[in-house]
Amino acid sequence: MEKFTTLEGVAAPMPLVNIDTDMIIPKQFLKTIKRTGLGKNLFDEMRFDQDGNEIEDFVLNKPAYREAKILVAGDNFGCGSSREHAPWALADFGIRCVISTSFADIFFNNCFKNGILPIVLPQSEVDKLMDDATRGANAVVTVDLVNQTISGPDGGTIAFDIEPFRKHCLLNGLDDIGLTMQKAASIDSFEAQYKTAAPWI
Amino acid sequence: MAKTLYDKIWDAHVVHEADDGTCLLYIDRHLVHEVTSPQAFEGLRMTGRTVRAPEKTIAVPDHNVPTTLDRANAATMTEDSRIQVDALDSNAKEFGIHYYPVSDVRQGIVHIVGPEQGWTLPGMTVVCGDSHTATHGAFGSLAHGIGTSEVEHVLATQTLIQKKSKNMKVEITGHLLPGVTAKDITMAVIGATGTAGGTGYVIEYCGTAIEDLSMEGRMTVCNMAIEGGARAGLIAPDEKTFAYCLGRPHAPKGAAWEAALTYWKTLSTDEDAHFDKVLTIKGEDIAPLVTWGTSPEDVLPITAIVPSPEDFTGGKVEAVRRSLAYMGLTPGQKLSDVAIDTVFIGSCTNGRIEDLREVAAIMKGKKVKDGLRAMVVPGSGLVRAQAEEEGIADILIEAGFEWRMAGCSMCLAMNPDQLAPEERCISTSNRNFEGRQGRGGRTHLASPAMAAAAAITGRLTDVRELG
Repeated sequence: MEKFTTLEGVAAPMPLVNIDTDMIIPKQFLKTIKRTGLGKNLFDEMRFDQDGNEIEDFVLNKPAYREAKILVAGDNFGCGSSREHAPWALADFGIRCVISTSFADIFFNNCFKNGILPIVLPQSEVDKLMDDATRGANAVVTVDLVNQTISGPDGGTIAFDIEPFRKHCLLNGLDDIGLTMQKAASIDSFEAQYKTAAPWI
Repeated sequence: MAKTLYDKIWDAHVVHEADDGTCLLYIDRHLVHEVTSPQAFEGLRMTGRTVRAPEKTIAVPDHNVPTTLDRANAATMTEDSRIQVDALDSNAKEFGIHYYPVSDVRQGIVHIVGPEQGWTLPGMTVVCGDSHTATHGAFGSLAHGIGTSEVEHVLATQTLIQKKSKNMKVEITGHLLPGVTAKDITMAVIGATGTAGGTGYVIEYCGTAIEDLSMEGRMTVCNMAIEGGARAGLIAPDEKTFAYCLGRPHAPKGAAWEAALTYWKTLSTDEDAHFDKVLTIKGEDIAPLVTWGTSPEDVLPITAIVPSPEDFTGGKVEAVRRSLAYMGLTPGQKLSDVAIDTVFIGSCTNGRIEDLREVAAIMKGKKVKDGLRAMVVPGSGLVRAQAEEEGIADILIEAGFEWRMAGCSMCLAMNPDQLAPEERCISTSNRNFEGRQGRGGRTHLASPAMAAAAAITGRLTDVRELG
């Protein structure tokens, strides 16, 4: 997994609440057996019309936001399905950080497995960043995971929380499976006692 | 210390706990389908890893598969769908996991097949790369959806890295009135909490109206826990649960059954256990519901009118404006005046035998209104066979429904069963998101009974008025 330390980039505003996984990556693009190449279909039905032409008003189609690396989004971002294609599409497009007041549980977990940092902030701070994000190409935001701060275009900084284990994995680009494999002995002994206690499983 | 049901299941599965509370949780059953697994199997191959517990891993293709009667003909599938189904076929063989191919009568939606075959049992941890894994919570198991990276993690280690959620109790007191079903309970809860109200929680559903439900109804309730944002929803097992499990192909037998039963009877929340959040709804207060918007929280009784964006606050105002435009509805319009084009009955929410019985009871001797497209997609081949045996299929076919083969179908429209732009559908599925059932398609979620009522009249209809 790609490491995440510091990210500097344009933040795009998406104030709509409940942006769901079907919006992030519609189902017709789930028929892939790869993890890559989904960026071109990110937000497909919001970004393109039925004929595949760009919809001008959509934020990521505006010249200032075409290279956005950060999204500032409305409440409950990523609700809906478990499709990891959603963070795959975001990462493939170049979005490495999403900031909102809340995220759906499975989407939130999936982000960390793909080097994307989802940041939860109180409404007032999301409002402030949303306002910053509306400044187009001037909306350059720096996310510093080491120090857990977000610096806006006006120089102010906002602190954010993250679970220490998740931070450690992102900073070092660690593969969860490799980490768990180191605990194989614990799994073996759990399974052995479990086989006696609950043989029907 | 007094424990909730969730606490008990959690504690029984902790393999390792780190200082910061991050746990390694043992997984008893891993269900796999074709859409969210190919990258996980590929990951195993690339790292030279194997499936740690193939005997606890069950695969079935469901999302992509055609539901038309001619589906044995491979040409009924698009090439990309066929590649995914073929990948599951070969991965199941290569890694030696249990498999129900499309040609097997036991094939169906993974969340219907699991319980039907006795893979899902009380007290288990059950995961699947699908958010509606919450369904299995109906058995008093801890069941939730995971992403593909986690699918690979479970395949390789039979564990999952997890932080414990908080406990939420949803109590439905009293009893449901006629015409009101399990689907209305679960939609009423989401209407009350919102789609993020359960975020960070595992919900335990309890109360007399929940106890009254059959296992099928309980699965419907738990299925949509995720639509309220909860990691999982569960219901304490009781005699109905045990009776459902008894004799299933993969349920324990003989002495093992007795031992399991003794343990399962301990699986209930202790009297003084603490819940971090509680919601209580009177069963008698729940009316037949429909959704009007593009979020499952947009629910109203069928007797209500379409709301106005100004009825809401914050970010929801703009969201409702967008929803109403998408749905082609006007504030103040009576929901019961909304004409529909299509009726979809099926999905992991409402594709079980009881759901089909509910529809047949209303459709008996009646006809689907002229000009409507109406389809019933049983949740599994066995549900289909049972419905044929009970005469349900004949009633539905006679009424004018298409009688399909098992699969996810129009719930998420990954196969050819899709809505056209602006086509309006009453659907017994679980999500009314924009584009969910086909680009531009308009979805109204409701119970099977409500879907049947609408099939007769051609508009959203209060099932209680049909007498």
